Amino acid sequence: MAGSNPNAKPMDLTLKVWRQRNRTADGQLVDYQVKNISPDMSFLEMLDVLNEDLLHKGEDPVAFDHDCREGICGSCNLYINGRAHGPEPGTTTCQLHMRKFKDGDTIVVEPWRAAAFPVNRDLSVDRSAFDRIIQAGGYVSVNTGGVPDANEIPVPKSIADRAFDAATCIGCGACVASCKNASAMLFVSAKVSQLALLPQGQVERKTRVENMVAQMDKEGFGACTNIGSCAAECPVGISLENIAILNREFLAAKATSNNLA
Amino acid sequence: MKLDAKIPEGPLAEKWEKHKFNVKLVNPANKRKYDVIVVGTGLAGASAAASLAELGYNVKAFSFHDSPRRAHSIAAQGGINAAKNYQNDGDSVFRLFYDTIKGGDYRAREANVYRLAQVSVNIIDQCVAQGVPFAREYGGLLANRSFGGAQVSRTFYARGQTGQQLLLGAYSALMRQIAYGKVKMYNRTEMLDLVVVDGQARGIITRNLITGEIQQHAAHAVVLATGGYGNVFYLSTNAKYSNATAAWRAHKKGALFANPCFTQIHPTCIPVSGDYQSKLTLMSESLRNDGRVWVPKTVEMAERLRKGEIRVSDIKEEDRDYFLERKYPAFGNLVPRDVASRNAKMMCDEGRGVGASGLAVFLDFSEIIQRIGVEGVSQKYGNLFAMYEKITDENPYEMPMRIYPAVHYTMGGLWVDYNLQTNVPGLYATGECNFSDHGANRLGASALMQGLADGYFVIPYTIGDYLANTPPKPVTTEHPAFQEAEAQVRERLQRFMGINGTRTPDEFHKALGHIMWEYCGMARNAEGLQHAKQAIQQLRKEFWSDLKVTGLNEELNQTLEKAGRVADFLELGELMVDDAYNRNESCGGHFREEYQTPEGEALRDDENYAYVAAWQYQGDNVPEVLHKEELTFENVKLTQRSYK
Repeated sequence: MAGSNPNAKPMDLTLKVWRQRNRTADGQLVDYQVKNISPDMSFLEMLDVLNEDLLHKGEDPVAFDHDCREGICGSCNLYINGRAHGPEPGTTTCQLHMRKFKDGDTIVVEPWRAAAFPVNRDLSVDRSAFDRIIQAGGYVSVNTGGVPDANEIPVPKSIADRAFDAATCIGCGACVASCKNASAMLFVSAKVSQLALLPQGQVERKTRVENMVAQMDKEGFGACTNIGSCAAECPVGISLENIAILNREFLAAKATSNNLA
Repeated sequence: MKLDAKIPEGPLAEKWEKHKFNVKLVNPANKRKYDVIVVGTGLAGASAAASLAELGYNVKAFSFHDSPRRAHSIAAQGGINAAKNYQNDGDSVFRLFYDTIKGGDYRAREANVYRLAQVSVNIIDQCVAQGVPFAREYGGLLANRSFGGAQVSRTFYARGQTGQQLLLGAYSALMRQIAYGKVKMYNRTEMLDLVVVDGQARGIITRNLITGEIQQHAAHAVVLATGGYGNVFYLSTNAKYSNATAAWRAHKKGALFANPCFTQIHPTCIPVSGDYQSKLTLMSESLRNDGRVWVPKTVEMAERLRKGEIRVSDIKEEDRDYFLERKYPAFGNLVPRDVASRNAKMMCDEGRGVGASGLAVFLDFSEIIQRIGVEGVSQKYGNLFAMYEKITDENPYEMPMRIYPAVHYTMGGLWVDYNLQTNVPGLYATGECNFSDHGANRLGASALMQGLADGYFVIPYTIGDYLANTPPKPVTTEHPAFQEAEAQVRERLQRFMGINGTRTPDEFHKALGHIMWEYCGMARNAEGLQHAKQAIQQLRKEFWSDLKVTGLNEELNQTLEKAGRVADFLELGELMVDDAYNRNESCGGHFREEYQTPEGEALRDDENYAYVAAWQYQGDNVPEVLHKEELTFENVKLTQRSYK
């Protein structure tokens, strides 16, 4: 019923899917055939079809992360035909629809590949490094209660909008997966800029950027070499400008603070 | 069992202040001697875990996600209500209270709802202080919009991503406490049972989803913030992992389950497109502020449209039936969710639905596009329009959206008293997991409000009252109740692995969802409910004899996870049917076809059903026992809801 092209025919596809039993096991690409795929299906619904099929055959289904299937929770993370979240710009894997593919296509499906994101199983990876970076300072240190009335902190609309644009990051890790250095700069910079722009973030501005960058390095993410594939592949359009802001914030903090050795 | 809601004495407006003074405090030096378990780290859980840790308690927090930032609170689009009256348009704590009680069709507790309205103002202050980027006016102050059946502008929002921004705020507070070592976070860990020692909640049994390891965790109190159970219906706007297991396991250990049949069907969702459909996507209710809902005036025209013989643009203005504006001139397209959903269903039942299946109505933006232009509309709703186009491949700037109701929220949940404590001492339930504030229907932008109210501003006070009466002695997992619960969990996992049948967990889940939607969905009747009960019992039998799960317990096994959740849905579904059958009235989201006004509106029976139905588990395949908490209304007059 949905879709502007009700005559679009179901598709038969070949999938090459990364299978890996656990973190330490060796993995490999395994070929699967899926048939009768409706163009209106989402990519994950196509994988659901594959998994039901495997289960009926008594084989282990392909493990993959997903949850909201609305493009906001940041769980889904497939590297499809060599691109994070597949061929459609500005789209998470769960919002990618099969109408973007053709009958007879071969589709390669891999997990995010980065040393800091070890594979749990098949297509599921461990992104807890992102949490640890936020723990290093991605917050404003206020306890519950004892805060001023909301309208006592006015914020110019233009600043609030820019902060929002940075805050919209869903933490999926596509930036890391797309980067040849597996750098997490876009992720880190989104949080640093959001809080550096807002008045609420000023008090901890310097320590925040220093601590978050230090943690990023500790997690084993690579350095940024200004290629920009992170922003190009980001499903929610986090701008490369944030990395420039991060660099400036970091430099300013290092030049003027004694907060960190 | 006598249900005591423990509502404080005194005038409505003073109850919470008085209660805060009367609750016992835990000495600051003693707080670190208490351990609290928080299960679920969405809005209600993350805010509770962070706030309790800030107070000095030792918190263990559990999430089945890879990070607390993935919780389904993140998907809430429209906004969060607060009685700030920043717009000078007549809002007040009492008005928010009144709207919530009325919107809930007089099936919620006055005292709880009033407190919710009171603390709503603190939530906005808290979130702004955390750096949550709410929408603002050019003068730098916060912007508001009216939302979902409210006649004042009290909804704070962050474009169409309010839930995301609020959750990231609570998440950042939680991350800060993890860094301080006050919260120990267990990601990818699912609660599979509650441990009750001498009648008190003392811990939980969990399974590590990566390794399959079963663990015991002890604490002085347990807070469940595990969300709702809308996925009983298989297709819903809930995230795929959202499930009832933690709450249901607690129910089977003695916690009462209240008003399970109160489910909210959201009117503006993208219609089902095929059998493979895995979930439904909500289009924010804010769209109803500017979108106009209509169907063709005649069945004949609707048929021709469905067959593709005519196009939308061929239907003249006078041949369009803007049925909500016609039937409810005062509220128009902004009637509460239950009313909007039911009317959409009525139109489709009449044969005037649109789309190939006829199970959709139009949500039309042509008027506002003419008024403020494509650019203006894009600023307001850009991300929602883009999401619609991605899913349907249709451009809503050029043709009206097609929408249909879908299961969205569950007002029912674990029974709690005023302190948010269940009838099991030491066990608390917050957010969507409890039943307390929304009655039979929740108003838009009130779920975020309740989750954060419970977590930031209620639990930190009320749990102290309980802990102050509990000796600050270390708790351990030494008690046999822990071994027993773990043995039961292991036995159950073994059972799933050992059936070796032919049908997958998803197949059973879909079959259950079909029964629930057909007989316990938007409209229910006694005959259908009786049929549904038998069908669910039959399906449950088949589940336990024909389930197929591959792999091992000792590894990441998503099929095994699903099996456990579906097994619980198969029991909860039957209780929902029982509850719907018991409630011989229509109210809010619960519409019994036998009980309606001549105009087809919900007909309440306040004399016999102004109570909370709290069900007590008696054993597998034994009917549950109903306990009633009578609702008394001293501050509002019960009226037939009218939005005309």
